[in-house]
Amino acid sequence: MTRQRSRAWIAGLIAIVVSTVVFLVPFAFVLLQAAKTPAEASNLAFSWPTNFQFVQNFWDTLTSNDGVIWRAIINSTVLTVFSVAIMVVLSAMAGYVLSRKKSKWGPLVNFFVLAGLIVPPAVVPTIWVLQGLKLFGTLPGMILVEATFGLSFCILLFRSFIGNIPRELDEAAVLDGAGPIRLFFKVVLPLLRPVVVTVIVVQSVFVFNDFAGPLYFLPGDQNVTVQLALFTFSGQNLSFYNLLFMAIFLITLPPLIAYIFFNRQIVAGMTSGAVKG
Amino acid sequence: MMTANSTTANHAVGIKPGIPPLIARRRPIKSFYPTWFFIPVIVLYVVFFAVPTFSSFYFSLTRWSLFDSKFIGFDNFVQFFQDPQLYTSFTHTLIYAVITSGAKVLIGFFLALLLTGPIVGRGYLRALVFFPVLISTIGVGIMWKSLLDPFHGMVNAVLGFFGLPQPGWFTDPNLALYSIAGVDIWKGVGIATVIFMAGFVAIPNEYFEAARIDGAGSWKILRQITIPLSKGATATVIILSLIGGLRSFDIIWATTGGGPGFTSDVLASVIYKQYQAGFYGLSTAGNVVLFLLVTIIMVPVSYFLNRKTVEL
Repeated sequence: MTRQRSRAWIAGLIAIVVSTVVFLVPFAFVLLQAAKTPAEASNLAFSWPTNFQFVQNFWDTLTSNDGVIWRAIINSTVLTVFSVAIMVVLSAMAGYVLSRKKSKWGPLVNFFVLAGLIVPPAVVPTIWVLQGLKLFGTLPGMILVEATFGLSFCILLFRSFIGNIPRELDEAAVLDGAGPIRLFFKVVLPLLRPVVVTVIVVQSVFVFNDFAGPLYFLPGDQNVTVQLALFTFSGQNLSFYNLLFMAIFLITLPPLIAYIFFNRQIVAGMTSGAVKG
Repeated sequence: MMTANSTTANHAVGIKPGIPPLIARRRPIKSFYPTWFFIPVIVLYVVFFAVPTFSSFYFSLTRWSLFDSKFIGFDNFVQFFQDPQLYTSFTHTLIYAVITSGAKVLIGFFLALLLTGPIVGRGYLRALVFFPVLISTIGVGIMWKSLLDPFHGMVNAVLGFFGLPQPGWFTDPNLALYSIAGVDIWKGVGIATVIFMAGFVAIPNEYFEAARIDGAGSWKILRQITIPLSKGATATVIILSLIGGLRSFDIIWATTGGGPGFTSDVLASVIYKQYQAGFYGLSTAGNVVLFLLVTIIMVPVSYFLNRKTVEL
């Protein structure tokens, strides 16, 4: 037993050292650069900043280039909140009926849901559709596109979860006089809380981190999102590496905070039928 | 009183006893699942996904300016497979997808084995392996571009300290694609690990106990129990990482932008470059090629893997 325990300790220590070097050191590198002066940060050295100016860099990053990062954070927040809200409500409704009502269309619906997960979106034709609807380059258009791209994943999760809620519950609610709308929104939806939390967190991270979507469908300075702002920033500010790394830190922070609080839900969501690029 | 009433009611409408009469008199429960709940999802799916996907087949056969299109047959595809700047992206996509997917399966499997075994600091290790999955791909790209910088980068500084060769990770044409694949594996191996861990935990403990009583060593247990009984997890990891690898764009665009030259261009980056250059028909043809490649690979792979899944 003691031999086994010492083996667990040795293996654990080696794993901790190796994984800290591989996974944590790169991120520590970002933090260190973010606290340096421009001249020192441009050396890209893994060293302690001689002049620790983390807070000043924080404000400088938010206000540089007419506050593009700040504007991007607001835009990305709006985009994430609205697209995830649409996704959750609509796919919960669809997943609910899909799970409760068996119909001959089932296999076809399955086919389309899986296609939504696998097929790479046809980008230029989507721009063409958005232009036809006068939504190209607008935040509402981007919100609808993001919501669409997330539908398949959410429907799969909701459908399998609702399959575990006993039907007797629906019957009891109907007996008590609930109509179809009340049955879903007042009885079923509250029971979906665990899976709703999972879907919200996972999809928020996806939408917030999406780069290709806004790159194609949301051009323009006014509508810039965080990933796009970060990318543009990396091309422009080659003499201000400290601010660039501060921007990386700021933009990776929200998903990390979500991970700290919802780590169980995120892992559950990503391991259950998570088929997403 | 209540019972007498309900039996007569049952007889009156002639339905089977046992079903509560109240339901029988109301609408059947099935109609409480309204079909119109599908309508908003169908509208979004058709407008922003199905219409673009189907119309891409037509537009790939045209010279297209978004406002008018001129049918030119298969010219775009001919150009795509004749121009070396374009068709190399096809092979790069395949190489990239196979390397990243294979590495994620292997490394994810052994990390999961390590993290489900007797080891200290398991929670810390799991959190550490998983967090790159969640952070911005663009951020990861810029970060690794700095770490792997040929002159100032930290990695080459360490290699130089030990007297090892210091390659130009993203600047060497023969290496760029593989360096990006490495960064992709660094970022994505956490999800593979977590899926494998879920697969291992789902194997009932009795199997391991029985095998141990029968005198099987850890290698035999791994080969005859853990690997066959976690085939579902393996299938999920392979499918997920292959799809991700074939569609990969963000990480490539953030690190090399397809360069140096066209040596790390993949289909997704070519689609973007042609779009930027205003060749919408050619860009859409690239999209169709990507669509066909993903379908041709994923349909047999998922069929084969799902068939071989061992049910518990």
